[in-house]
Amino acid sequence: MFDKEKLEKIKQDQTNWNENKVGKVLSKFPERKQKFVTGANQEVERIYTPADVAELDYDNDLGYPGEYPFTRGVQPTMYRGRFWTMRQYAGFATAEESNKRYKYLLEQGQTGLSVAFDLPTQIGYDSDHPLSEGEVGKVGVAIDSLKDMEILFDGIPLDKVSTSMTINAPASVLLAMYIAVAEKQGVSSDQLRGTIQNDILKEYIARGTYIFPTGPSMRLITDIFEYCSKEVANWNTISISGYHIREAGSSAIQEVAFTLANGIAYVEAAIKAGLDVDTFAPRLSFFFNAHNDLLEEVAKFRAARRLWAKIMKERFNAKSPKSMQLKFHTQTGGSTLTAQQPDNNIVRVAIQTLAAVLGGTQSLHTNSKDEALALPTEDSVRIALRTQQIVAYESGVAETIDPLAGSYYIESLTSSIEDGAMEYINKIDTLGGSAEAIEKGYIQKEIMDSSYEYQKQVESNERIVVGMNKFQIKEEAPKGLLRVDPVVGELQKQKIDQLKSERDNQLTEDRLSKLKEAAQGTENLMPYILDAVRAYATLGEICGVLREVFGEYQQSVIL
Amino acid sequence: MARPIRVLVAKPGLDGHDRGAKVIARALRDAGMEVIYTGLRQTPEQIVAAALQEDVDVVALSILSGAHNHLLPKVVELLKSENVYEEMLVIGGGVIPDEDIPGLKGSGIAEIFTPGTPTQVTIDFIKENLKRSL
Amino acid sequence: MNIIEGILNKDKRAAARLITMMESNDPEAIRIISKLYSHTGRAKVIGITGPPGAGKSTLTDKLVKRLRRENKSVGIIAVDPTSPFTGGSILGDRVRMTDLYTDSGVFIRSMGTRGHLGGLSKATLGAVKVLDIYGCDYIFIETVGVGQSEVDIVKAADSVLLVMVPGLGDDIQAIKAGIMEIGDVFAVNKADRDGANRTQVEIEMMLDFNHSEWKPPVTQVVALHNKGIDDLYDNIQKHLDYLEASGKLIEKRVQNSQLEIIDLVQRDLMERLVGNKEKQEEIYQLAEQVANRQVDPYTVSNSLINKMILNNNL
Repeated sequence: MFDKEKLEKIKQDQTNWNENKVGKVLSKFPERKQKFVTGANQEVERIYTPADVAELDYDNDLGYPGEYPFTRGVQPTMYRGRFWTMRQYAGFATAEESNKRYKYLLEQGQTGLSVAFDLPTQIGYDSDHPLSEGEVGKVGVAIDSLKDMEILFDGIPLDKVSTSMTINAPASVLLAMYIAVAEKQGVSSDQLRGTIQNDILKEYIARGTYIFPTGPSMRLITDIFEYCSKEVANWNTISISGYHIREAGSSAIQEVAFTLANGIAYVEAAIKAGLDVDTFAPRLSFFFNAHNDLLEEVAKFRAARRLWAKIMKERFNAKSPKSMQLKFHTQTGGSTLTAQQPDNNIVRVAIQTLAAVLGGTQSLHTNSKDEALALPTEDSVRIALRTQQIVAYESGVAETIDPLAGSYYIESLTSSIEDGAMEYINKIDTLGGSAEAIEKGYIQKEIMDSSYEYQKQVESNERIVVGMNKFQIKEEAPKGLLRVDPVVGELQKQKIDQLKSERDNQLTEDRLSKLKEAAQGTENLMPYILDAVRAYATLGEICGVLREVFGEYQQSVIL
Repeated sequence: MARPIRVLVAKPGLDGHDRGAKVIARALRDAGMEVIYTGLRQTPEQIVAAALQEDVDVVALSILSGAHNHLLPKVVELLKSENVYEEMLVIGGGVIPDEDIPGLKGSGIAEIFTPGTPTQVTIDFIKENLKRSL
Repeated sequence: MNIIEGILNKDKRAAARLITMMESNDPEAIRIISKLYSHTGRAKVIGITGPPGAGKSTLTDKLVKRLRRENKSVGIIAVDPTSPFTGGSILGDRVRMTDLYTDSGVFIRSMGTRGHLGGLSKATLGAVKVLDIYGCDYIFIETVGVGQSEVDIVKAADSVLLVMVPGLGDDIQAIKAGIMEIGDVFAVNKADRDGANRTQVEIEMMLDFNHSEWKPPVTQVVALHNKGIDDLYDNIQKHLDYLEASGKLIEKRVQNSQLEIIDLVQRDLMERLVGNKEKQEEIYQLAEQVANRQVDPYTVSNSLINKMILNNNL
């Protein structure tokens, strides 16, 4: 952006400034630290100048919002058109209670739903399975059959809301249930808007709610891609998630690298399954974390967008610009919240909200202050939502697009994160791609190393976490935390018993055995799953059939 | 020391968040202990069977699913019925509300380490509270 | 707890404790095993070795499940490396065998090498005896799996299963030089990958140089999907049957006992030589003299041994 001569002069001036001005101050007042680093341990210089972005080419590297390489945003007007979707992840105990919470959130001005399922549902067990004991309704809503799903969305018109479902291994089943509920409301599947997470690779890496081995899992995913491209065209078929990779302890660079590497694996699998890249790629979406290192986070989002655009265009020869746009949901970083002085978390979440918005997110979940303690209460959920609203309506950062662009530091960070991520992706390619790298434990080991390093930094007070390793106070135990009534498990069991005595069991059996047959072959499984769901087969029954055919994933433990 | 301290690090319940379990496993290893890691989704029965066969000094349970009040006492109960509880120190960690801790301790969990606890605190606690000599 | 009574009554606690005692060099453990030694020798001992990532634990899991179908009781000893720096270790082989935890006919024990080289820990042979006394019909020993140093397993096992995977490329050459000869049975795991046939052929070609009576069979398996496990199981049984029918089993066990005796003598002598601080200090002083060229190391060694003999300390 500057000519050579000017750059030389800037470099010279900076050297002089460092030696004279800075040197003089340093001799009397040394800086706080020998070395300053970002959250990802990238070294941070004293100042940044045009010399740090000398390589940057405005047209090729930044361009305009809505245009390749989308560094500045995926839409031409961004938040001047409308704000990001404020979407709070919520789901509790029973479908009845969650339904109440959703209606409350919609009344409070939330613009999309985000469904949290309990762990048995996420792992494909019914509430009456022995492994479900003690877990039913704990971290989200328990869904055993279409009956529960009908209650969950009772009185919520599915053609009016967009719904995001955090469901992975059994994503096909929950999507099928959603479609079936819509049918009963008289809403056709092409009117449905929303997202399923459906990202199994990061489950193997970081989140742990896997069921089937890699091969069959990838098949279920590409089946969804294909089915939705025809039947549920406005549905985001996958949310390729860096969030949990970051929560597991990765750095910002690793978050971008491993998420995009997984993205590459899904695109390759779909192409291998015979799909044309431009039919499914526009429905791919992403999900990132937002941490406290504000500027590095903003740079991370911009780098991810630029890198994905290049990958889609150059590696996969996508033609449609929509295929090259990295659209993403953000959640503020759960692992950054402290159990100590929980009110401080409100401030952390505010900073992280800024990071996500300055980074150009399409939707955002803000964590509640008490999440390091338990499930959030209604009060703390409201504060979290208000945080987003204050940033949107009062801070002014949403009035222009990508306002930090052109900052020497931000642009330099954006490039270095992109380079660092690309290096990882190359390494993963040489290992044979993401799935292989996971099986070899490479990705898990890299994350574990970062996570352990961070832990050691905190314990040696090299990294300060306010209220935790500095500025501690004596605290009383917090009160009024939300608890899940243990009878939920019993209630769900009763509902299953009732369902099984009322439904047409012959029909259910029949649909399940058809599904089994199909699973043994190569047909798209979505229609069979949908048929089983309509016949009120339970989630556990459907996943059970698939478990029989596919077997189960075996964790590779890297410590 | 005659032999290293042996610790079973286990994850009862269905949650897959093993960052804490892995960090503590590494920290205990670096403190010179032998750590037996059992992986995700372990039932109390599996954990106790492993603890018994591995003849560990410590059973460390990491749980974030919210099912701690159900699963942790179950582990203690089974250790008792196998007659090994008297010699094994049982500790827990994870997102566990303060108000649940007295109940868990009452059931036989020696200590609960919540998020933000330095690993050194856990290491020291283990060294000071072993139930049998090395 | 009465260990002898316990272990003879199939109490897992007693077996577990006795292994711990063996690992801690507890003289009581030696006394117990000496006393119960006549109860050993009944179990068939199978060693499983191969490079890291070959899927040894998964394969063990599947073979053990196969044996459980025959209602045989099984012990598994899984060895992982101990950090030379901290003395700590993470033993993670169990993760691949979670279905077996609560099977009353299976006993799994993880061991750190605790400074021992050769792919096993010092107490592994002791642990095998414990599980033998305890009554396991079969005992699997899974080695560390670091490549060429995995030779100890021959001294511990009746039959050694060497696990390979396709695509190791040059590794196979390296492994050939080191440990090919220790395999009695070979498995090419992850055989659904490209290159499985090639790996099999390569192994078979190397084995062509082997002119003994027993030709190690090579089986392709996909342990994760339980494919080829029956064939592999049959081949292991064939080898065990061959050992018995040919009289090689007793021959092998004599050889192994011989090696074990020599090992124990070495270990015992070393213990007497440097077993405590005073003795270590004495040697340190001698070493200073050697380093200062006041005396040569041969003379020192000789005089130390003579001193032991004179003191009737052997």
